[in-house]
Amino acid sequence: MKRKILVVGNGMAGVRCVEEILRLEPDAFDITIVGAEPHPNYNRILLSKVLGGEGGLEDIILNPYSWYEEHGVALYTGAEVTGLDLEARTASLDNGQELGFDELILATGSLPVMLPLPGVEKEGVIAFRDVKDCEAMREAARRYQHAVVIGGGLLGLEAARGLLNLGMQARVVHVLDCLMERQLDPFASKLLQQDLERQGMLFTMEAQSERILGEDRVQALQLKDGRVLAADLLVMAVGIKPNVALAKAAGLEIKRGIVCDDFMRASKPHVWAVGECAEHRGLVYGLVAPLYEQGLVLARSLCGAEGEAYTGSTIHTKLKVSGVDVFSAGEFNEVGETKAYRFRDDFSGVYKKVLAREGRVVGGVLYGDTSDSQKILQLMREPDGEARLSALFGAASKEVKEAAGVEAMAPADIVCSCNGVSKQSILDAIKTKGCSSVDQIKACTNAARSCGGCKPLVQDLLKMAMGPDLAEEKEHICDCTELSRDEVVAEIKAKSLSTGKEVRMVLGWKNEEGCSKCRPAVNYYLNMLFPDRHADEVSSRFVNERLHANIQKDGTFSVVPRIRGGVTNPAELRRIADAAEKFNVPMVKITGGQRIDLLGVKKEDLPAIWAELDMPSGYAYAKALRTVKTCVGSEFCRYGVGDSTSLGIALEKKFEMLNTPAKVKMAVSGCPRNCAECAIKDVGVVAVDGGQWDVFTGGNGGVSLKGAELLARVDSAEEVIALTAAYLQHYRETANWNERTAPWQERLGLEAIKAVVLDPTRAPGLVERMEATLATYKDPWAAAAKDAGLWKDSAAKALPVGQA
Amino acid sequence: MESAPGLKVPLEGLIPQQGRRVASPWGEVAVFLLSNGEPRALLNRCPHKGGTLAEGIVCGEYVFCTQHDWKICLKDGKAAPPDSGSTPVFKAGIVGQHVVIQKEG
Repeated sequence: MKRKILVVGNGMAGVRCVEEILRLEPDAFDITIVGAEPHPNYNRILLSKVLGGEGGLEDIILNPYSWYEEHGVALYTGAEVTGLDLEARTASLDNGQELGFDELILATGSLPVMLPLPGVEKEGVIAFRDVKDCEAMREAARRYQHAVVIGGGLLGLEAARGLLNLGMQARVVHVLDCLMERQLDPFASKLLQQDLERQGMLFTMEAQSERILGEDRVQALQLKDGRVLAADLLVMAVGIKPNVALAKAAGLEIKRGIVCDDFMRASKPHVWAVGECAEHRGLVYGLVAPLYEQGLVLARSLCGAEGEAYTGSTIHTKLKVSGVDVFSAGEFNEVGETKAYRFRDDFSGVYKKVLAREGRVVGGVLYGDTSDSQKILQLMREPDGEARLSALFGAASKEVKEAAGVEAMAPADIVCSCNGVSKQSILDAIKTKGCSSVDQIKACTNAARSCGGCKPLVQDLLKMAMGPDLAEEKEHICDCTELSRDEVVAEIKAKSLSTGKEVRMVLGWKNEEGCSKCRPAVNYYLNMLFPDRHADEVSSRFVNERLHANIQKDGTFSVVPRIRGGVTNPAELRRIADAAEKFNVPMVKITGGQRIDLLGVKKEDLPAIWAELDMPSGYAYAKALRTVKTCVGSEFCRYGVGDSTSLGIALEKKFEMLNTPAKVKMAVSGCPRNCAECAIKDVGVVAVDGGQWDVFTGGNGGVSLKGAELLARVDSAEEVIALTAAYLQHYRETANWNERTAPWQERLGLEAIKAVVLDPTRAPGLVERMEATLATYKDPWAAAAKDAGLWKDSAAKALPVGQA
Repeated sequence: MESAPGLKVPLEGLIPQQGRRVASPWGEVAVFLLSNGEPRALLNRCPHKGGTLAEGIVCGEYVFCTQHDWKICLKDGKAAPPDSGSTPVFKAGIVGQHVVIQKEG
């Protein structure tokens, strides 16, 4: 017969312990879990997400009901164990049921501390501990305005942040002058307070609560100094205490928590405790990592695999408070002989402090950037940690890391800086979630999803983790289809597909209407293949290419008129200045491409500001030729050997409005000093004394630095233009949508590209197709301004129902 | 219908698969017609960083945010995994020549 395990408590510690047992001995036990909350095990740490409406309970469930079923774990939810008979080995439930057990695991967690203030029983006075409390807060937010949270610790701040998200005014009342004093030093604490104040949180510091005022429902909190703070909702988040009532009644030894030995055994045989209710070597832990360590030790003991004893956990905290990364470990306040090493960057809001004593690192605080947390923990374990501290406070550590590649990175080091994804999270995704391609890792962790600059690192991690098991990745254009770009283009040609809808239907797309990747891509391929036949599919264009302006973070747009070669005149400048004034443009900026950017223009003002400017669109928003940057050149410069401005203007005039797979930037320099920075452009042209020009291609100065390579030296400006036409058309016809010339040129190889665009039998065809495409373009601003359909927003004024 | 609180947006201003921004007492609302002509409405604020959704690319029942390409479901306002969070949706229906939008869904 299987031994029966009864777990009292369906929270993170108890269920994790059960998971460990199942991993060690999947079939040895009959396991029953009793939990007081009417839910399966959820991630209590993420409750603030549910509170703030960032997700529902289902988003933070760790073990869904199906998990219990699959593993044969009997689950009683919404049930309370009211009594234990440790002699008879039975537990009685509040519904009268009796459960027998051979081994009993107490994982009853903790209870919120409620300050015994007069009025604490009033309606609207709650704790922040479980789903029920979240629901009470959400309900209050619908009807009331003022929330007061007592307690400036992590829990209190999370509650206040959630209440802010719900639209309430949230004030935190804290008894000390520093927030989160158990995790932060005073300086970091002040930084946090400032950050939170910027988010709209209010603080009353060094304030002692006296009484709760109101009739049936709370109306205000009165402080000892007499001040009265309005409160329709009062959340107490002053701390937690181990939930030991049941254990105490059963006669187990209790001090602060249920006293346990190094194997998590309580004071009587066959009884164990784990998590926030357990006391080990005089300490009660409230953080997840120690609870999980305890769970593992307990599981091993129960399965007879008693290994290393639990000797306690190094306390360190790494968390996100309202979007701010915070870490602390060991000692973080200077006393006596401790030496403090500090680093501050007020512009990026980063603060680091490490404390050392007698050559040892004894603790530290990180604020705003916690990527060094693993290094600090490592240094704390080493006897001469202080000597190696320099690695933390210089750029040196970063360089070493990059030079040594992914193997040398610490688990907590950030691989994807856009989305804050660590090496460890990526390895976890590979190992535990079965990810075997960059795309799957992207979908699972968000790594490489934004700028894509870390994609090679992710690829390296995959290789490192999977070794020879790593399958060749087949490139497909998006998750809607298994087909690659070349296959899609070939099918379009072979089957004469004429619209995006047809492509998706005939080629068996998984999503009938595609996604934000394939829709613009297919539209581009159709436009490229059939410049005179395919009607551009506006609804498949990104907003910028639909409204011919660049959307900004606040939903306004930027307007960049065409200034060919960066050469303008007083009349144009006057019109730009007048337009900027007339439309109250918040920022006028010179761009990196030698143009003028008018930022912060409202959508409905776009047609009018274009008319006012009376200049063509600069295409600063499109996958198209952006601009041709030039230096002064032989017309004025004493070093100039070629007329770079004239050639730049001619190139821009020739290729402006040309749609390309990704943006294309060009430059022309009048001498090899190369002031126009041709080496990092898609096409860069440099004058050579004697009337010749060198044409460089495939450079990039953005996400991934790449020097342009010499395509050819030609004898005249006309030849530069013809060669550029052939090169760009070859790029248009063979590149993946959204692939810049740099990776394209690397993929095909410079020699292979030369073999096409310098081939006198093939180049003329490319140039001819380019000419046919260019002939279809018209300045979009003039046309779009007349297209009322684009600007209906302002017309789509809503009328309140009933007043129509 | 006439007495319930809500907004009326003229149908003639709407183009399938292209959102529109409409001011409302509940904040700016993004109104859409799907390719099948069904109306949808949600708060014009991506749960990620508050980006405008009205100008996003519409694919079936989803809109892709203009800012960082989050995929938001137009039925329930939820962000598709691996992202999480949601934006409030409103009840939207066609009544005569208008899309009527109501807060209670």
